[in-house]
Amino acid sequence: MRVVLRNPRRREIQIAGNRQVLAILEELGLNPETVVVVQGGALLTRDAYVADDSSIEVISAISGGM
Amino acid sequence: MRCLKCRDKASVEMRRHNAAYCAPHYVDFFRSHVLRNIKSKKMFGHSEKILVAVSGGKDSLGLWDVLTHLGYKTTGLYIDLGIGEYSVRSREKSEAFADSIGGKLVVKDVREAYGEDEMGITELSKALRRAPCSGCGLTKRYVTNQVAHELGFDVLATGHNLDDETATLMGNVLHWQMGYLARQSPVLESTHVRLARKVKPLYTFTERESLSYVLIRGIDYIEEECPNAHGALSILYKEALNTIENQSPGAKSSFLMGFLDRAKPLIEAAEDVELAECIQCGEPTTAELCAFCRMWDRAKSARRLNRGKI
Ligand code: SF4
Ligand SMILES: [Zn+2]
Ligand SMILES: [Zn+2]
Repeated sequence: MRVVLRNPRRREIQIAGNRQVLAILEELGLNPETVVVVQGGALLTRDAYVADDSSIEVISAISGGM
Repeated sequence: MRCLKCRDKASVEMRRHNAAYCAPHYVDFFRSHVLRNIKSKKMFGHSEKILVAVSGGKDSLGLWDVLTHLGYKTTGLYIDLGIGEYSVRSREKSEAFADSIGGKLVVKDVREAYGEDEMGITELSKALRRAPCSGCGLTKRYVTNQVAHELGFDVLATGHNLDDETATLMGNVLHWQMGYLARQSPVLESTHVRLARKVKPLYTFTERESLSYVLIRGIDYIEEECPNAHGALSILYKEALNTIENQSPGAKSSFLMGFLDRAKPLIEAAEDVELAECIQCGEPTTAELCAFCRMWDRAKSARRLNRGKI
């Protein structure tokens, strides 16, 4: 699957297989508390499955400064 | 995971509440909890005029959206800090959002109002040779107070969320900043005629919950960070707290709520301060000349001195 990271700079990576959101985030070394995963305009919970032939966006929720 | 309300596929989960919602029910949940925060902390009523500080970021635009839907009388305030392209783009996002809800947005440009010769936060920090965020924070607090007072607002609302508040708390606790701890609160009552009441209606929502609301609502916010936020300690604190949260859901919330309920009353009692008026600008301060006037005066003379040398 195609994974677009917006953190906030855009980066694209490929991950193989049908995978659960939580496993994808683990593989990317991301804390699920700090991101929102979106597929085609819908938000996914950490137990959702993502098919190998689809694409998702991982958007960082953490903003900095004061 | 299924929606607690309708059993449809869930979009947002909140482990600390053992709950998950589909998109429409999450919007309902979010708004009703903001309303609950406003009421339980007596933040403001429907007859009061509320100034919402907007930065173009997710939290402030989301807050403005919720307050508008709850029927409150709001006006947005955008402070143009003059931080290069970042300020240009965040101002555009704020203006576009204001248009989309038919809301009124007041724009205050720091370079026109306080600096001289196009002096914004970037130039201020160069002249003072100190990190931009300290001067910026002070300037934002000052400008919002001043605008709120001049335009007759009762309340100033900001988009601070649970992650912002726990990161601030952690920073204040690590250095035992008793004065800051005494004043950290979701509601800060006015302690002077020139100070509006300050409220943070999103203080119980995590950053992820706040972003989820904004994404579901399709609000176009500025994703990029201020270039000066890079390496900020607040981000380090947020990461540390989220590492704990991931292992122990509810940790952030109990850290903040425990502080507010149990520790803060004790600290508050010990840290009572008298406010006077600044001899130069008239804004409330604990000194003769307020910290804002001191800082900008120093920056302006440093800059003139530098220019004289060239
Ligand atoms: S990151 Fe620092 S300089 Fe940038 S807006 Fe926030 S406080 Fe100001
Ligand atoms: Zn539902
Ligand atoms: Zn002053």
